[in-house]
Amino acid sequence: MSKFLKALLATTLLAGPVAAEEFGLGREALPEEIAAWDIDVRPDGQGLPEGSGTAEEGEVIYVERCAVCHGDFGEARGRWPVLAGGEDSLDSEDPVKTVGSYWPYLSTVYDYVHRAMPFGEAQSLTADETYALTAYILYLNFLEDLDFELSRDNFAEVSLPNEDGFFMDDREETEFAAFVREPCMEDCKDTVEITKRAAVIDVTPEDAAARERVESAAEELAEAETTEAATTETAEAEAPAAEETAAPDPELVAAGEKVFRKCQACHMIGEGAKNRVGPHLNGIMGRTAGTLDGFRYSPAMVEAGEGGLVWNDETVQAYLEDPRGYIKGNRMSFAGLRKDEDLAAITAYLQAASE
Amino acid sequence: MTEKSGPSTTRRGFLKAGLAAGGAVASGGAAYAAGDPAITELQPWMQYLGDGVDARPYGYPSEFESHVKRRNVEWLTADTVSSVNFTPLHELDGIITPNGLCFERHHGGIAEIDPAQHRLMINGLVDKPLVFTMQDLMRFPRENHVYFLECAANTGMEWRGAQLNGCQFTHGMIHNVMYTGIPLKLILEEAGLKTNAKWILPEGADASGMTRSVPMEKALDDCLVAFKMNGEMLRPEQGYPLRLVVPGWEGNMWVKWLRRIEVGDKPWHHREETSKYTDLLENGDARRFTWEMDAKSVITNPSPQAPILHGKGHTVLTGVAWSGRGTIPRVDVTIDGGKNWHQARMDGPSLTKSMHRFYYEFDWDGSPLLLQSRAHDSTGYVQPTKDELRKFRGENSIYHNNGIQTWYVNEKGIAENVEVS
Repeated sequence: MSKFLKALLATTLLAGPVAAEEFGLGREALPEEIAAWDIDVRPDGQGLPEGSGTAEEGEVIYVERCAVCHGDFGEARGRWPVLAGGEDSLDSEDPVKTVGSYWPYLSTVYDYVHRAMPFGEAQSLTADETYALTAYILYLNFLEDLDFELSRDNFAEVSLPNEDGFFMDDREETEFAAFVREPCMEDCKDTVEITKRAAVIDVTPEDAAARERVESAAEELAEAETTEAATTETAEAEAPAAEETAAPDPELVAAGEKVFRKCQACHMIGEGAKNRVGPHLNGIMGRTAGTLDGFRYSPAMVEAGEGGLVWNDETVQAYLEDPRGYIKGNRMSFAGLRKDEDLAAITAYLQAASE
Repeated sequence: MTEKSGPSTTRRGFLKAGLAAGGAVASGGAAYAAGDPAITELQPWMQYLGDGVDARPYGYPSEFESHVKRRNVEWLTADTVSSVNFTPLHELDGIITPNGLCFERHHGGIAEIDPAQHRLMINGLVDKPLVFTMQDLMRFPRENHVYFLECAANTGMEWRGAQLNGCQFTHGMIHNVMYTGIPLKLILEEAGLKTNAKWILPEGADASGMTRSVPMEKALDDCLVAFKMNGEMLRPEQGYPLRLVVPGWEGNMWVKWLRRIEVGDKPWHHREETSKYTDLLENGDARRFTWEMDAKSVITNPSPQAPILHGKGHTVLTGVAWSGRGTIPRVDVTIDGGKNWHQARMDGPSLTKSMHRFYYEFDWDGSPLLLQSRAHDSTGYVQPTKDELRKFRGENSIYHNNGIQTWYVNEKGIAENVEVS
């Protein structure tokens, strides 16, 4: 250790490299080399190339090259990034951070799409295609119409809703006064209670080696835990919503409201609900499929309604379990709900919220 | 010899012997009627010759250590090419992270770069835009520094409560390595900075084209353009052959596979500093440019992946602490959930913006423990509790969770991630 320390001290205490005038290393970069690599774009438009594209043109590219991860409407599949929706969600319990709801600058969309997308085929989009996709992402967020054309010339005119939602790191001013202190060392509190436990949530990956090391002892864990209650009182931990079972009660409706977050990129429900990418869902229960006035359904959905499909607990659950399989050819781009409790919760919520 | 089953049977046998003895294992191991077979029986390695010098031209750990590895949490991300895995902190000691165990975070997979084809370009607001080969770079004066690199999202899954059982998963997005590199200042000065040069944009050569805006003050202060870690060339997953080192600041800025540095007069507000790596507060506003990593510590042993298996008696508690603003002169430890605290023993080198190692040895009476550690950094900042942090930041900020970690250890020595009042 001391040798190590000495070596470190030697490098830090002795004079470091002298800032020489110039080392004469490297060579001058050629303009075409800089042009090949310098693709970055800034909010003030610096770096934007010539070109233009409409949202409508972007839709074609998007469906072919982006929707596989980001979903047909920017709602995302799996854990891939959500691109659209999430308005007014930033101060909620479950913020949805999208281009429309969170990103401060449109230049970031252009820069990132061009430099890194499509995932696994970076820098394959032309300037026109990138303008078109950027315009389409604005359309997905209800910020521009489908015929909107984006170009270098009008780029600076577009501002995103959350541009003013950011401020410079202020930890030093806001937090340091509380955290720079001489803390208590003795008799700091009378009682200590466990308030949250990872074991309740149980999302830690399996570890065979670790399990083997503790499994013998774990057999006796249950016994130990009954005695520990005497010394450490366990407060009620957060139970995952998924564990709630079917019964049409306020709790189930609340759980359904959470599940509905998956839907709200496209669907509105409740007072003032309007048709968005998907139809509004007020009064959905008892309605014949594909019959809401003012919404353009897919032919498949209209046909299903004509065939007698009426939405009730059973049909809604069957549809949401497998949207593509249940009504083949319908436009709803949603992978489906896998958990029975989610299906029960969402129907309870749809019933309650649409009344 | 059954090498494959050797380690587990040995370990299990030992564990069972220990438990059979009521958890009170004598310090020299379990007592045997006719002596410990590890001593009384002739072991194969005592009798037969082992591998010669060329059997392992690049050395690797003992087969008995094969469980010591980086691991990921699959449900966190959509795909492993844009994901993260975690350093097994509970298996390490001292302050240096071995190269093969340094956590990985990629946004477009590992770029496999032929160093002969690698170039570093400096362009933008400079007198003379330059291109360097690796050979050119090796001719600059070099420095060696030990720095921690912590992902801003380390412990990010714990904002809403105890979630993952193991310090590898709660705190393993960190590593601590000695870098050999060129002060960035020297490279920028070689190109000559214009008077309005206020920011740099380092850019990676990987398929994500990683970019971050770094203020010039930091670039000229202590940033390095590094090519070696712990004495050998950077590992591919750590940016081979070139990465930026931004001491004390969030890991995302340490651009790997560094191919270009643009100099500008304003920040770029790219994806990784707007959509990501901004800290959303409870009121819906977000902090941007939260670069510095606050002081933080974690007890690595005991912890959920490293339970106490020896029963009551003399027990070694150890952990690591670090701060993006300096050194860690002091760490406090509690074993009763914060009623009473004890100053831990700091050991090993105390270097700025590096991990520090601490120990606390105590006589465990076998009753349940609530373990916590609390770091003090050289600015006087003391690591807050998670609830204290939540008061300022709510629960949605994802990044920069440096709250105090609690492990509950039951009578059997099994540890669990919990939070306490």
